[in-house]
Amino acid sequence: MRNILTVVLALAIVSLFSVLPAQAEDTSFAKVERGHHLVDAGDCVACHTDAKGKPFAGGRPIETPFGVIYSPNITPDRETGIGAWSDEDFYRAMHNGVRPNGARLYPAFPYPYFTKMTRDDVMAVRAYLKTLPAEKNARKQPDLTWPLNHRVFMRGWDMMFFKPGTFHPNADMSAEWNRGAYLVEGPGHCGACHTPKNELGADKNSEALHGGIVQNWFAPKIAGNMRDGTGAWSIDDVVAYLKTGRNKSSGAAGPMAEVVADSTSKLPDADLRAIATYIKDADGGPDKTPPPLAQDDKMMVAGQAIYADSCAACHQADGKGVPGMFPPLVHNANAQQRDPTTVVRVILQGARTVATGARPTPFAMPPFDWKLTDQQIAAVANYVRNSWGNAAPPVPPDKVKDLRDTLGKKLNDGS
Amino acid sequence: MASSAKKLPSVDVVLVGFGWTAAILGQELTDAGLNVLALERGGWRDTSTDFAVTFAQDELRYYYRQALFEEMARETLTFRNDPGQTALPMRHLGSFLPATGVGGASIHWNGQNWRFLPSDFVAKTHNTQRYGALPEGMTIQDWGVTYDELEPHYDKFEYLCGISGKAGNIKGQIQPGGNPFEGARAREYPNPPLDMVYAPTLFEAAARETGHKPFPCPAANMSRPYTNPLGVQLGPCTYCGFCEKFGCGNYSKSSAQTTIHPVLLRKKNFELRTECNVLKVLKDSDGKRATGVVYIDAQGNELEQPAEMVILCGFAHHNPHLMMLSDIGKRYDPQTGEGVIGKNYAYQIVSGVDLFFDDKIMNPFVGAGALGVGIDEYNGDNFDHTGLGFIGGGYLACWQTNGRPIEYHPVPKDTPKWGGKWKAAVAKNYLTSASISTHGAMMSHRNNYLDLDPTYRNAYGQPLLRLTFDYTDNEHKMSDYLTERATDIAKAMKAREIHAKPRTGHYDIVPYQTTHNTGGAMMGADPKSSAVNRYLQSWDLHNLFVMGTSVYPQNPGYNPTGTVGALTYWAAEAIKTQYLKNPGPLVQA
Repeated sequence: MRNILTVVLALAIVSLFSVLPAQAEDTSFAKVERGHHLVDAGDCVACHTDAKGKPFAGGRPIETPFGVIYSPNITPDRETGIGAWSDEDFYRAMHNGVRPNGARLYPAFPYPYFTKMTRDDVMAVRAYLKTLPAEKNARKQPDLTWPLNHRVFMRGWDMMFFKPGTFHPNADMSAEWNRGAYLVEGPGHCGACHTPKNELGADKNSEALHGGIVQNWFAPKIAGNMRDGTGAWSIDDVVAYLKTGRNKSSGAAGPMAEVVADSTSKLPDADLRAIATYIKDADGGPDKTPPPLAQDDKMMVAGQAIYADSCAACHQADGKGVPGMFPPLVHNANAQQRDPTTVVRVILQGARTVATGARPTPFAMPPFDWKLTDQQIAAVANYVRNSWGNAAPPVPPDKVKDLRDTLGKKLNDGS
Repeated sequence: MASSAKKLPSVDVVLVGFGWTAAILGQELTDAGLNVLALERGGWRDTSTDFAVTFAQDELRYYYRQALFEEMARETLTFRNDPGQTALPMRHLGSFLPATGVGGASIHWNGQNWRFLPSDFVAKTHNTQRYGALPEGMTIQDWGVTYDELEPHYDKFEYLCGISGKAGNIKGQIQPGGNPFEGARAREYPNPPLDMVYAPTLFEAAARETGHKPFPCPAANMSRPYTNPLGVQLGPCTYCGFCEKFGCGNYSKSSAQTTIHPVLLRKKNFELRTECNVLKVLKDSDGKRATGVVYIDAQGNELEQPAEMVILCGFAHHNPHLMMLSDIGKRYDPQTGEGVIGKNYAYQIVSGVDLFFDDKIMNPFVGAGALGVGIDEYNGDNFDHTGLGFIGGGYLACWQTNGRPIEYHPVPKDTPKWGGKWKAAVAKNYLTSASISTHGAMMSHRNNYLDLDPTYRNAYGQPLLRLTFDYTDNEHKMSDYLTERATDIAKAMKAREIHAKPRTGHYDIVPYQTTHNTGGAMMGADPKSSAVNRYLQSWDLHNLFVMGTSVYPQNPGYNPTGTVGALTYWAAEAIKTQYLKNPGPLVQA
């Protein structure tokens, strides 16, 4: 019944628009270019492109804690894409998380961020997407657990966790800070990975940018804390990282490699500086780290020996690495996250840094899963997290075992 | 020449093989806007996946089981010392170690990167002017290109690689601490010399004491982190001692992978096909142009790849082999001396002096492929050969390349080859030994050549290459002279025991010596005496170029890679600035 009503309403809206005097659509170069830029900033291509598919034609499996969602086709194909959508349909999807038929979208599509975008910007995105070649690619149904497999459930979710509303600049802060805030909280949707989630997958807003688990990685804290955030990085360091995938302290790997390749490396320096200004100013909360493990702790002694054998060739005996190539571990924020998932995963599986035009060499760390036991990996992770002035909570061997099992299962599944 | 193979869409350039010369050409010619395709007979290889630090240092796998080298079951050659013998197939690699796979031998070289002397490029003219007629049967030639012409290209290759070293001659000014005999270079090496270990410093002191001018050898092992002009990065060397015969897991040794691939493989106008073995170069009906190549893929399909230009980038003797199989140029006939394809195969003659100390700890496991101190007093024509009975020479060096457990067992003369006494000798001498090596030139000779074997065939049914080769009196006299000079310095190092190991008798293809095989498609001034002109362009097919050491008319007393790099850049520049504007012979015959 309600569906019929929606259709009637939608038809009414369509006819309302169609009786308006014909207006030249604004397809100016400047608008399309701005849209292109925002599409880059939002990294739309990453989720909306399958490994073997055409850009923006969707079909990529998006892993969530509640199951897998397949991204939709957002090319202008009228049957399987969004070519038949009105501009208003598009705006409602971006701003309200609602499909033209009234069904609720899942927040794997980050409308809780896109709602902050101005209507003008959303329309620029729309203008750019209209320039793409139409590709036929029908959408696959999501594979979610109960009750989330019922879209109607999302109505309740939205009521609890989602408030539509465009970004309001903070008059007390600089234009650069506000631009950064808009990009981070809006199109860039950085918190989608870097903000921890509650049991129902919604952002814990009080802990924005404090780091979160995503697809068996820990997306690190990017708020401004010195020890485990971006506080020790200069604005230029953040810009270099986002632009080239590399700075003196770190290299982008895992999901962030893709973000750099598809999104941040394409943004103008001014926007990257704005992002840096905003995240470095973001409040990461008090540093609640316990004192580091004692140097004579059994784990630390074993870890030191493993480090000398297996890590020092690249990261150097003193942990200072080779800046711009092999990340220094001394004061390394990523190594000191409260959650050790990324450190353990990188030791287990290795990591490959992103190659960009500016930094074409994809330095990689090899996997150690075949070489080191759970106990050994925990030991060397603890050593790295608690040496040279680093401090972070201990890593139990069970944590390594769990992650090894999970990642191994994924490999066997081919997923 | 028609072919029944399935014909593929044409490309601008096809590179046969995807080692280092192909990577340089790929980079240069895609920069010029051409569509470039590389066909590599082996597989894909990259640092992080194929030589990771977690398993790269595996002697058994990489050296003794030959994981990185040419596979004899597919392609090998037959060998004999002289034309009167029947050649037999080499069924196991020994004396030299060609590669298979992406990056070619740049993956498993040591990194000893030298320039040749200015006089080396005019060896025939220079030596006959100074010493009179050449010995009977010696067939050396001038190269057709001069050191001064190559200097900017040497420079470009050294900066691509990030060579660690100390210049000895910058624009004619002799530099203290460098090699004073080298040709003038435009500027200092891109990186300082490697940190020196103990044994070479003992050699350095003894060399100085005996009136020589020692210098740190130029190394393609990084003395510090380096970003090359393409933006590709190399890491600092860890001195792990696994260079030659191994891939470097730390991005510390220059190779195609660590200097070019990250940039080249991102390009849309470059394509690489692996597991594609080129069988033949195709020619048009009047035999003036190459029209492409025929190759066989991993599924056994024969495919024809048309191309506007064909560039042979295979290992030394594979280029002349492919030319013979494709009937390009006139094959060499040792009876008449006519023909050029296969002529002037050369190699290297090496010897050494082992030193055994009691009280000096060398820690041989701290090593790098080109970590050492050398002297150049006895190379090329840096010394007066009057009355010596030979021409040419070589450098002497004290290297510390490795202390690898399977390969490195320094034991004094007359130690049993196995058993308790051998073990005791290894234990006693492992930490306290050193050696001086001599690296001698190989002049070309009438009876040292390549042709097609009448009996044996490769996996594709094609005749194997036949190598006929032996050292001549010139090499033995020269090598003995170098060994004596090395012994003089060894004595000044005051070891407990010295064991000189001169190279005696016939060339033996079994023990490893060097992978410095040269010649067979030599460059030169005219088509009668050379296969390619000074720009490495075939005299016969103007759109065919030949890279690598196969173009060397003879082999000077240095490792050949630096000159391979310089010649490749030299040829690439000629293609870009001359050939593309006006395709045709760059030198009129």
